[in-house]
Amino acid sequence: MDSKAKVLAVRQGRYCVQADPAGVLTGTHFLDGDQACCEGALAAGCRFAAGYPITPSTEIVERFAQRAPLVGGIFLQMEDELASSIAIAGAVWAGAKAFTVTSGPGFSLMMEHIGFAVMTETPLVIVDVQRGGPSTGLPTLPGQADMMQARWGSHGDYEIIALSPNSPQECFDLTIDAFNLAEQYRVPVFLMMDECVGHMTEKVVIPPPGEIEIVPRRYTSLPPSQYLPYRADAHGVPEMVRAGDGYPIHITGLTHDERGYPATNYQAQEQLVRRLINKIRQHTDEIVRYEETTLDDAEIVVVAYGITARVAMQAVQMARERGIAAGLLRPIVVWPFLEKRLRELANQARAFVVAEINCGQIVQEVERAVSGRAPVVLVPGAGGAVHHPEEILEAILTHASTREVLR
Amino acid sequence: MSVLAEVPLAPNPVEAFIRSERIPHVWCPGCGIGTTVNCFSRALLQSRLNLERVVVVSGIGCTGRVAGYLQLTSFHTTHGRAIPFATGLKVANPELTVVVYSGDGDLVSIGGNHFIHAARRNQDLKVICVNNFTYGMTGGQVTPTTPLSAISSTTPYGCFEEPFNLPFLAESAGATYVARWTSYHVRQLTHAMGEMLRKKGFSFLEIISGCPTLYGRRNRLGDGLDEMKYFKDKSVVQHGANTKEAGIGFQGPIVVGKFVDIERPVFLEQMNQQLARTLDAQYAGCVGDYVPS
Amino acid sequence: MTDEPNQMSKGTGVAEKAKRIRGIVYINLNRCKGCGFCIAFCPPGVLVFSEQFNAQGYHPPRLADAEGCTGCDLCGLYCPDFAIYAVMTHKNGQQGKSPGGSTGEVLRAS
Repeated sequence: MDSKAKVLAVRQGRYCVQADPAGVLTGTHFLDGDQACCEGALAAGCRFAAGYPITPSTEIVERFAQRAPLVGGIFLQMEDELASSIAIAGAVWAGAKAFTVTSGPGFSLMMEHIGFAVMTETPLVIVDVQRGGPSTGLPTLPGQADMMQARWGSHGDYEIIALSPNSPQECFDLTIDAFNLAEQYRVPVFLMMDECVGHMTEKVVIPPPGEIEIVPRRYTSLPPSQYLPYRADAHGVPEMVRAGDGYPIHITGLTHDERGYPATNYQAQEQLVRRLINKIRQHTDEIVRYEETTLDDAEIVVVAYGITARVAMQAVQMARERGIAAGLLRPIVVWPFLEKRLRELANQARAFVVAEINCGQIVQEVERAVSGRAPVVLVPGAGGAVHHPEEILEAILTHASTREVLR
Repeated sequence: MSVLAEVPLAPNPVEAFIRSERIPHVWCPGCGIGTTVNCFSRALLQSRLNLERVVVVSGIGCTGRVAGYLQLTSFHTTHGRAIPFATGLKVANPELTVVVYSGDGDLVSIGGNHFIHAARRNQDLKVICVNNFTYGMTGGQVTPTTPLSAISSTTPYGCFEEPFNLPFLAESAGATYVARWTSYHVRQLTHAMGEMLRKKGFSFLEIISGCPTLYGRRNRLGDGLDEMKYFKDKSVVQHGANTKEAGIGFQGPIVVGKFVDIERPVFLEQMNQQLARTLDAQYAGCVGDYVPS
Repeated sequence: MTDEPNQMSKGTGVAEKAKRIRGIVYINLNRCKGCGFCIAFCPPGVLVFSEQFNAQGYHPPRLADAEGCTGCDLCGLYCPDFAIYAVMTHKNGQQGKSPGGSTGEVLRAS
C-alpha cells in the first residue's frame, strides 16, 4: 500500500475494529472537555471534521485542525454551519467517519441536515456545546436549553440519539460511543455538552488503542446487481456502500423506497418513517444509559444531566447529611429517554426533582414517564450559570417526608 | 416481447446513463433539462472516465432531479447544499470525479454562499447550472437570475431586481473554467462538459434553458420550441468574452462561449503543499494529487 | 403506458432501400412528450409530427423521408425525453456507429 492509498484508507476508516494507534494519545492527560471530545473523535476513527467557529465549541475543531494532519485526517473550515453539517454527510458517503461541532446558533442552522442525515441514514456525529440562548444569547456562559431542539429541531417525525457528558473524561468516552452508536443505527448522534463541561479541565485517561472498541461501518457484501440501499436487516438498519465502489446508488432526502428512488406516496412514507423511528424505539433498552447514586432507598429522586448533575450530586449529599433519602438519576443517554427506569422509580419515590439549565425541557419527559404518580418539581435556570446546590436542596427538602423534623 | 428484439446493437447513448425504469421523468414537455442530460451522457461516454468513480450531486428543484435519473452514484441533497456535500465527498476521496448538477435558484440563491466559497477555494468540482430564470418546481417564482421586467409569480408586475450575471460571478469568485451555452447548443454543451470533466479545479457551466410551463407562459414566450428558437437566434458566440459584459436582459442577446480556462492550484494541492512544507515528516500524508516528497 | 411500453418505430423500408439509406432513426413512441425539438432541428428536415397520439396523449415524430436521415443523431441530443435517436449506417446497410459516442460501449470496470 503506497502512502497515498494508506492515507485514503485511514481517512475512510476502512479497517478499524480497534482504534487506530495513530489517533490515540494513550496516557493520562489534563484536558478540558472540548479537547477531550476532539481526542475521542480521533480515537473513534474520525478523520474528517468540518466546522464553523462558534464559542464555546471552537476549541474542539482548533485541536482537530492541529491534530488531523498528523494522523491522516482533514479539517475543513466551511463558510457556515449549513455547509459544515452537509459536508460531513458527503464525507461519510465517501467512506469517512465524520463530525461537526457547534453551539446553539450554529446548531439552529444545522437542523436541516439533521433531517437529511436521518432520512438518508447517514451516520454522523454532531457536538453541541450548549450556551445560553435564545439567539446569540450568552456566548461564553453555559446553558442546557437545546435538549428539545436536539430531539425535535428538524421538521418531520424522527428519532435520534443524544448523549450528555458531565466531565472531560466523559467527553472523551461518550464521543467514541457517539460514533459507535451512529454506525450501529445509521443515525445522527448528538453529544450535548455545555459550556462548563467544555471548558472544565480535569484528568482524562486515554486507554491503549486495543482497549478502545470501535464499531466499523457495515458495508454490504452483495454485488451491485443485488444490493438495495434501503433494504433493512432484522434490526431495521440497512447496509451501506461508499461512493466510488461501483454501486450506482441514488440517495435522496425525499421519501424513498428500498431502491432509494423517490416514492412520494402514503405507503412509502409509512414504511420508511416507521422503520426510521422503530430502529431506535425498538432498541431503546439497549441504547439507554444512566448513572444512579443512592437510589435504592431514595424517596426523592433528583434527575439531572451534564454539568447540572455534578451540582445535583452535592445537593443529594447535603440532603443525605440531613437524613433525607435522596438519590440522583443521571441520564447519560438523554435521547431515547430513560422512561422505563423512571416508571419503576415512580413506585418508590415521593417526589422527583429535575434540575436543568433551562426553563423546563427534560422535566416534561420526566412528568410524562411518572404520569402523575408523584410530584415532579423543576429547578430551572435560564442560562448563564450553573445552579447553586442549595436551590436543588431546597426543592428536595420541600418534598421530603421528614422535612418538619429537620426544620 | 418481440418488439424489444428490435432494440439496436448501438442503443441510444443516453440509455446507459439513465435509470430507464424511472422514465418518463418529471420534466414538462419542452423543458430543456433532459436535453442537457443527453449532452452530459455523451460527454461522459467520450471522457472514458471510470464511471464507478463519477458521482453526481444535485440540490433541490427541477434540475435537482437530474441526480435521480442518472445511473451513476448520485445524491439528491438539500436545497442549496449540493456544493458543500460535494466538497465533503471530494475531499474525503479525491479519486472521485464529482459533478454538481443543479438549477439557478438552488446554486446561486439559497446556495449562493457555498458557490462563491467553493470557487474561491478552487475545489475540484464540476458545477453545471441549468438556468431557466425561475423556480420551476415551486411554480415559477423570481430567482437571482430572472431578467429585469420579466414576469414571475412573485414579481407579477415585472422583475425589478438586478439579476446575477453568473459567468461574471463565477469568474470573480475564482472559478478556473467558465462557459455558457444554451440548451439549443447541444454539440457545444457536450464539448464543454467534456472539457470540464478533464479540467482540474472549480469549473462552471451555465446552461440557459427554457421553462415553457412557467417562465415561458407567464412571459408569453410561446412553448419550449419557441424558447429554443430564441436561444438560436439571439445567442452570440464570443469565446473569451469579458464576463462582466455577459449579463442577460429580458429576451435580449445571450453571449455564449468559453470565457475562462485558467490554471490555479486546487484546494487539496494547496492544503497538501502547505502542510507538507510546515509539518515536514510529521505530515501523515495526503490523498490528493500533490504528494510531498 | 400502453400494451407495448417500449415499442420502437424503425425507419421504414430499411431492407429494400439499404444502399441509399445513410441513417436509421429510432423512436420510443410512448416516451415522447411532443416538444418538437427533433423535428425543428433535424438538419435534413426528415421528421414530421405523426397524426397518431401516443399513450401520454402527445403526437410523436415520424420519419417522413427515410432516405433523408443522415444518422447525425442531433435528434438524440435534443430529445429531452430520451425518446429518439439516430445511428449512421454503413454502405451495406448494416447499422454502424452512433455519432453520439462510438459503439455505445460503457466503461464500468474498476
